[in-house]
Amino acid sequence: MTGYPTTWRRPPQIVTDRRWRIVLTVAIIAYLLIGMGSVEVNWARMMEGGERGLRFVYGFLQPDFTSRWKDISNGLIESLTMTLTSTVVGVAISIPIGIGAARNLAPPWVYYICRSIIAVSRSLQEIIIAIFLVAMFGFGPFAGFLTLSFATIGFISKLLAEDIEDIDEAQAEAIRATGASWLQLVHYAIQPQVMPRLIGLSLYRLDINFRESAVIGIVGAGGIGATLNTAIDRYEYDSAGAILLVIIAIVMVAEYSSSYLRKFLQ
Amino acid sequence: MTEFPQTWAFRTPRARLALWFGWLCLVALFVYCWQVMTSTTIWMFIWDAPRQAADIGSRMFPPRLSYLPELMIPLWDTLNMATLGTMLGVILAVPVAFLAARNTTPSALILRPVALFIIVASRSINSLIWALLLVAILGPGLLAGIIAIGLRSIGFIGKLMYEAIEETDIRQIEAVTATGASPAQVLNYAIVPQIMPAFWGITVFRWDINIRESAILGLVGAGGLGLKLQASLNTLAWPQVTTILLVILATVIVSEWVSARVRSAII
Repeated sequence: MTGYPTTWRRPPQIVTDRRWRIVLTVAIIAYLLIGMGSVEVNWARMMEGGERGLRFVYGFLQPDFTSRWKDISNGLIESLTMTLTSTVVGVAISIPIGIGAARNLAPPWVYYICRSIIAVSRSLQEIIIAIFLVAMFGFGPFAGFLTLSFATIGFISKLLAEDIEDIDEAQAEAIRATGASWLQLVHYAIQPQVMPRLIGLSLYRLDINFRESAVIGIVGAGGIGATLNTAIDRYEYDSAGAILLVIIAIVMVAEYSSSYLRKFLQ
Repeated sequence: MTEFPQTWAFRTPRARLALWFGWLCLVALFVYCWQVMTSTTIWMFIWDAPRQAADIGSRMFPPRLSYLPELMIPLWDTLNMATLGTMLGVILAVPVAFLAARNTTPSALILRPVALFIIVASRSINSLIWALLLVAILGPGLLAGIIAIGLRSIGFIGKLMYEAIEETDIRQIEAVTATGASPAQVLNYAIVPQIMPAFWGITVFRWDINIRESAILGLVGAGGLGLKLQASLNTLAWPQVTTILLVILATVIVSEWVSARVRSAII
């Protein structure tokens, strides 16, 4: 019984080797020290900002919806229309790409082309795409619409392709056995299995697109983000607070209604 | 037996009618939104786009690789911003998650809705907007970026964590409670061990997302690679823009690989 501990200690869960635990702890502490050290904090500037921060908090607590209501409503309409059109177009384009990126439906060369389209669309941030599209198509919601459609393609196609790969093969087999063509196979065997998920994903993407539309306005792609950027640049924190509250409210409504709809559909 | 139709159809006539009506509504809505959205669009700029694209494309290549050494410090800043921001987010999100989970919340009437509101508010505002506000308040620099990343992470980590807490196995909690453990001990010995793998998985996942986000936060003045990107865009130095984009892409790919490896090792 020598060396047997008298009190129980919880065994480590993740890294079980004691030496590794020590090395990791030391490394993390060292990183924290170096990392924190590289953050330059301008205390004088922060003190000045304190008063501004308080004004922002007051603006958030007493939002001013009225004096800039015309700008806000214009931005909102742009954002909402941009969201809807880009989701519809994005989903419409991603269906063929998603089918092409499913290993069990497409020949290898189509599979690789579609997968690389998805990879390109997913690896670039919306905001970077927006910068380029604004440079090409000029300021305004059209560039935003293209950005969101492009981002939607990567998201929906990837998840749709994974869904198609996960379907119940027995049903596809049964349809194939009747001598169905490839199109009939997609229509009668694949579509009924993935449709509820696809609708759910589209609603989810609608929600994401609205949130993104609030951001890409900062680089000039229209929508509520442009209004927000202007409000902050003019130091009108009460209007900015109102815009943020509107965004939060719409996102909340969108999230609850889309989760309700998804539950209803499945 | 006479009721059967001659040819088999996928749906009943009523369902088909409803489906067509649904599609019609969607198309009508789409056309209407399209009209509203493009009412102020200047089409000349749109038709001009391919020429612009070719022009920018020709300026972007070849990338200016001699710019790379200058990018190393911003890259380090970006990584720090993501990592420290994730830590801040985790520290803030864990209490919120425990308040929001149905089985651990101290008061389902008051604190739970507050915690849920914090989660939704943080999730609905993108980190770029947080950074925009914080740069106005704290001044430009890494700190604003770190706090922006942290605030945005609360919602993500909090939501996934509270769902993990709600899914814990009730029997283990009962077993620990049966030994006479205090509520704090129940938390420590019954709930924490169950959510630990999920916790690390979520944290690494969010860290991966934060790397992507911190790369662009500089666009609004929060330091890192985005600051260089903004500077290069403003001076129309397209070869430098290409270099920065390549660095961002490489960072994102590496961080995604790391996060995928860590998550598959844990879960």
